[in-house]
Amino acid sequence: MERSRWLLPLLLMLCLGLGYTVLSMPEPVEGLPEMLVDNMEVAGVSNPVTAVLLNFRGYDTLLEMGVLLVALLGVWSLGGIPDYRESSPGLVLDIMSRQLVPVLILVAGYLLWVGADAPGGAFQAGSLLGAAGVLLLLCGWRIGNRCSGLPLRFLLILGLGMFVVAGTGLLLIGGEFLQYPSPVARELILMIEAAATLSIGATLAAMFLGSLPGGADK
Amino acid sequence: MEALTILNWVLDGLLGVSLFSLAWLALASPDIFKAIVLFISFGLLMALAWVRLNAPDVALAEAAIGAGLTGALLLAAFARLEDISIGASDGEEVQSHIQHDSNEEPK
Repeated sequence: MERSRWLLPLLLMLCLGLGYTVLSMPEPVEGLPEMLVDNMEVAGVSNPVTAVLLNFRGYDTLLEMGVLLVALLGVWSLGGIPDYRESSPGLVLDIMSRQLVPVLILVAGYLLWVGADAPGGAFQAGSLLGAAGVLLLLCGWRIGNRCSGLPLRFLLILGLGMFVVAGTGLLLIGGEFLQYPSPVARELILMIEAAATLSIGATLAAMFLGSLPGGADK
Repeated sequence: MEALTILNWVLDGLLGVSLFSLAWLALASPDIFKAIVLFISFGLLMALAWVRLNAPDVALAEAAIGAGLTGALLLAAFARLEDISIGASDGEEVQSHIQHDSNEEPK
């Protein structure tokens, strides 16, 4: 009874807020697709989606990588999550994952490479790597204690780090933050995307594991 | 040509209707496991919808992240919830907590 009394005003407030937000949305800017098409030759890549994500709006993608990292930190900070029950993966899962994981890694590499000119890119490739990691985790594989400390953390921040380093480097040589000079834009984007792919894959797999790797064994 | 257009309309209509019904079923299902499976199938159909909207990039991301990894994460959380409810002495009460929490879990 106590709950339902507060529910209605809360829902009403939410509806009002949503309605106000929808009604007060700014007009969509005209001519954005044309602007994109006009600037494609300086983008360094021929896939417009990648051009927007990694070049023209690179700052958004940088922050997105940060959000992923913070999400993982949130999961880790919960702490004390029990590991999965010990169970043998079974013949089907075992054999299938042996076949699938190399294919997944190969496809991830392909998606990363092809992202410059066709649908694909770091997030798709990274999530495939993450899926490969999830398969391995389901089969009972755990990251060794030797790699669960610094190497894993390095891998996790590699994407965000590469982004920041590239942006700061450009600042240092007299450019603007994340404004790639067009002759090397393709190489820079590929480098950032490759780092981001590895980080995204590692982050997603670590999120699936949940607990801080290596911490439980101590 | 005319038949193809009609076929496209029928396909899109079916896609839209099944998306809405899957979304509703996933939200309304009291069984968490069923809701997760419905959510995964919703993600896969959503990827098809993105393809129909000529957005293959988003479709790839939706299939890989929305359906694949989110589904895996939800199933992982579900497995842990079950572990907790098995471990607890009064499984009945924990179960009701789980049911309660699942209603407020943002998707």
